[in-house]
Amino acid sequence: MAFRTSALMLPHQVGSGVNWRGQALKLSSKATWAVRSSSSCPSGTVTVGYAQAQERPSSVIRKIREDLENRERSAVNVMEDYLVRLRDREPQVQSFLHISEKALEEAKLLDEKIAQKATIGPLAGVPIAVKDNLCTKDMPSTGGSKILEGYRPPYDATAVRKLREGGAIIVGKTNMDEFGMGSTTEGSAYKVTANPWDVSRVPGGSSGGSAAAVAARQCAGALGSDTGGSIRQPASFCGVVGLKPTYGRVSRSGLMAYASSLDVVGCFGSSVEDVAILLQSIAGHDNSDSTSSTKDVPSFVETLKPVQNFSSKPLAGVKFGLIKETLEDGVDSSVVFAIRSAAQHLESLGAEVIEVELPKFSLGLPAYYVLAASEASSNLSRYDGARYGNRADAQELIPMYGNSRAQGLGAEVKRRILMGTYALSAGYYDAFYKRAQQVRRIIQTDLEVVLSKVDVLLSPVAPTVAYKIGEKTDDPLSMYAGDLMTVNVNLAGLPALVLPCGLAEGGPCGLPVGLQMVGKSFDEGELLRLGHIFEQTAPHWCQNVPPLVQ
Amino acid sequence: MASARLVRATMVALPSAVCVYRCSSGSNSASALRPAFHRRFVAVSACASAEGSSPAGGFTNNSPQPVSSVRISRKQQRAQSARVVSQQSSTRVTEENAGGSEYEAVIGIETHVQLATATKAFCSCPSQYGSEPNANVCPICMGLPGCLPVLNEKCVEFGVRLGLALHSDIALKSKFDRKQYFYPDLPKGYQISQFDIPIASNGFLEVDLPVECGGGHKRFGITRVHMEEDAGKLIHAGADQLSGSTHSQVDLNRAGVPLLEIVSEPDMRTGLEAAEYAAELQRTVRYLGVGNGNMQEGSMRCDVNISVRPKGRAQFGTKVEIKNMNSFSAMQRAIEYEFERQVQLIDEGEGDKIVQETRLWEEAAQRTTTMRKKEGLADYRYFPEPDLPEVILNEEYIESVRATLPELPNEKRRRYETLGLSMQDILVLTNDIDVAAYFDAVLEKGGDVKMAANWIMGDITAYLKNEKQSITELKLTPPTLAELIGLIKDGTISGKIAKEILPELLESGASAKSIVEKKGLLQISDVATIEKMIDEVLEKNSSQLEAYRGGKTKLQGFFVGQVMKASGGKVNPALMNKLLIEKLNG
Repeated sequence: MAFRTSALMLPHQVGSGVNWRGQALKLSSKATWAVRSSSSCPSGTVTVGYAQAQERPSSVIRKIREDLENRERSAVNVMEDYLVRLRDREPQVQSFLHISEKALEEAKLLDEKIAQKATIGPLAGVPIAVKDNLCTKDMPSTGGSKILEGYRPPYDATAVRKLREGGAIIVGKTNMDEFGMGSTTEGSAYKVTANPWDVSRVPGGSSGGSAAAVAARQCAGALGSDTGGSIRQPASFCGVVGLKPTYGRVSRSGLMAYASSLDVVGCFGSSVEDVAILLQSIAGHDNSDSTSSTKDVPSFVETLKPVQNFSSKPLAGVKFGLIKETLEDGVDSSVVFAIRSAAQHLESLGAEVIEVELPKFSLGLPAYYVLAASEASSNLSRYDGARYGNRADAQELIPMYGNSRAQGLGAEVKRRILMGTYALSAGYYDAFYKRAQQVRRIIQTDLEVVLSKVDVLLSPVAPTVAYKIGEKTDDPLSMYAGDLMTVNVNLAGLPALVLPCGLAEGGPCGLPVGLQMVGKSFDEGELLRLGHIFEQTAPHWCQNVPPLVQ
Repeated sequence: MASARLVRATMVALPSAVCVYRCSSGSNSASALRPAFHRRFVAVSACASAEGSSPAGGFTNNSPQPVSSVRISRKQQRAQSARVVSQQSSTRVTEENAGGSEYEAVIGIETHVQLATATKAFCSCPSQYGSEPNANVCPICMGLPGCLPVLNEKCVEFGVRLGLALHSDIALKSKFDRKQYFYPDLPKGYQISQFDIPIASNGFLEVDLPVECGGGHKRFGITRVHMEEDAGKLIHAGADQLSGSTHSQVDLNRAGVPLLEIVSEPDMRTGLEAAEYAAELQRTVRYLGVGNGNMQEGSMRCDVNISVRPKGRAQFGTKVEIKNMNSFSAMQRAIEYEFERQVQLIDEGEGDKIVQETRLWEEAAQRTTTMRKKEGLADYRYFPEPDLPEVILNEEYIESVRATLPELPNEKRRRYETLGLSMQDILVLTNDIDVAAYFDAVLEKGGDVKMAANWIMGDITAYLKNEKQSITELKLTPPTLAELIGLIKDGTISGKIAKEILPELLESGASAKSIVEKKGLLQISDVATIEKMIDEVLEKNSSQLEAYRGGKTKLQGFFVGQVMKASGGKVNPALMNKLLIEKLNG
């Protein structure tokens, strides 16, 4: 039995499959499984069937650690592997704005330390890419904007510093929509990043460079930032694991602010375990960010058991809520299908999945755009050409400001600054900013209430899979609409994990669909635990290796 | 003797806020004003007496130095400005009596006070004044990408402290907001401030007006006190101001220095009241230790809002803001000038030329000029600062701050009143917290109130002034002064002797008694000894004695002098007088 993964794969199609232990699995009459026939796709179409069991996603970070400890590979070996792949794939993917010249050198130093039997950090030798809106003192940090072309910060962002303290080696800075404003990475002032699953498509955004770099295995993991979905949507589009932590879990210090009350630093990996290791490293209170939480950081990695230790119903007792409003009209049926399939898989693992209604869910999007634009209009005021970054020539102060910003900032950024300035203006504040704050509270309360009834919420990340480069550049509203499923999570400050849950038709080998799991505040541990179980038991078609890598 | 003390007292008061500006209407540059202005002065100046004012720009009363560093004396001041003032004062008073003014000024003041914190409001850069340009900067106060503010909790403490001292309601929950505008001295493009929920609101400040200006006790409302950060400074090159300069340089040392902005109710009606309000606020800030209140360095800046209306009308006139006054006297003069300007415009039927604008006080020209006209209300697009959590306080915290409040100037004045001091003396003594503390310490050691006040305001102040010392550096400690006063009071030494040994006390810091004993200066109070002295004097001056007894009783003074001289000044004057009269008449 074989059929194409597409909108045609409807729940009434009945089939049977294998469960995560390779045992025959009887499917309910409600759904079927879409399974890719093999890891290659010679025909260019996606086929499904019962392929041989593939290797489960496993932690590349742990592997690096083990190899270094066992002296199977040196840090230089590891780094060379990655750098070769990075350079090899970069012409097609264009994930990076800057590639570190020191990565190999740092790996050498690490090898010396290892040779001297010095203690090494948990991330020793792990090649990490960093979104370009996170400050790095040894590399330019532009935030994807011309106005900061060549700007070199005098300090590392806290998340970057913590990674380095853990031994990680920063391989470069990844492309992004200018200052995080966009959903495709086409908003970068420098280059357009391609989706490794189909280089004619966008990787999503704004952390598209980080997601694409991880998907293309140009690095072992990456940092991103998420204001309205900027980690989760590219993770979904690129078929990688992405985590948006609870607001305050990770310090924002050194993150170029877009919308301060919504921005979070998070991470990408090719497995849940990698993401857990990265979060472990960057989480925690930071004296230089007053909005960072003083809550204890639990051990995220400890709860991730190896698959062979799972019980037969590892999710027994866990209650998931599928957000009804995210599976309605306007959402691609292939996306809906993948999510429903994932839900069924969770049920097969012993979990209870119910549908939950959030009638005010759609109010979040306009509220988000008012708030984010308002804060952005303020946060971006500092880019005035007076102290750093590009300054336009002018005889007078006001034209200097005007020209520097006119020339230095891109269209989308200007659009949002204008919207935000308008929303905060005298006479409009109550109608826009204040009202949006009220909506934000409603959304927060609604999500809080529903999360008191279920452990984790499930939804797609975006209504579609990755679309073509250029497809939506002239239609900002339709691009904004794509954020519908992610922005509420930011408005409520909740943590959310995105992991690949299937492929839809499109591209040479199908296009990934991501499953969004939204957890309770500061409950990343539970999200990672559940995500790990899902990932390690998921049917093959959830595997996340793009054609570019195969 | 009493008048001599008064002179000393006013000399002491000079560096203070109390007296310097109180009668500044007749400044040297008054001639620059149009004649009509002079006529009007009477309306605003409750203190149009013959008292002098400081010469324009000559000095300010807001230096951080204590009383000791008087730079100009009342006498000098008088000499310098008497010519101008005396000519005008009489006319003014006459006109006032004739009910010459039908207008009044409505004045409110916004004061920015830099806080005496070690570090800036939102970063750990030193908050000190006078460093090399851009020496005290970091990524945060330079507004570099990715930097976040972290609140210095001392700002909150100082905000609560001043709020309590101003009898305000303290907000248990306040927050920060962003005030947005572009200027090169504002690195982030917004100032972190407090907009709709200030840390303190609804308070008042009580002021005792100078006795020379008619005195009186006033209470001025405080609308609010809020926390905010200062901006940097622009240095305009090629000219001493923006216009005409070739380029400007930015010094961000001041950027992020914590401020409290204190907004008064529009309760002041004259330049004098406004200046008194500001002086009391400065005194309060200094008493509390939350800032040095130095106007010259810009640690305390007052912006005045003034409008004019016919007396008796409730509605306000068009408000004009005046900036750039760096002394209280300048404040008073600026207000008086502006009042006259507006009244004249109204009188000439050009009231519509009074527009909502910001005017600069030009010290050299002694006038206000337009700085910028406001097109409607500036829109700062305030919104809550998302980088900082709300400021949540509990009653316990507020009470713990309240418990550390010192006795405030007004409380001190009320207490000194109960001690029987004159308001004139009270104002002098309470002007500087160190002087007041010295005075209180003397009283604590049993020193007589009036004598202590006189010694401090007189000889000690004169000494400090000469030595350019502050009272806290004085070697003569309060217990020693109390001891000295005790010796005079119990008749051990005379006041004259006390004055003689004072220089030594001031220099050495030794105890009064030891010096008196060492020098053998104990007062002679032995009746037999005194009688013997008197007898000798009478014997030597038999002709005068005869004259006295013949009716020339005025010669009594002559004999007193002779006996005193014979005793080397050590004889107890009262006792000697008594015995002398007995002998003269016997």
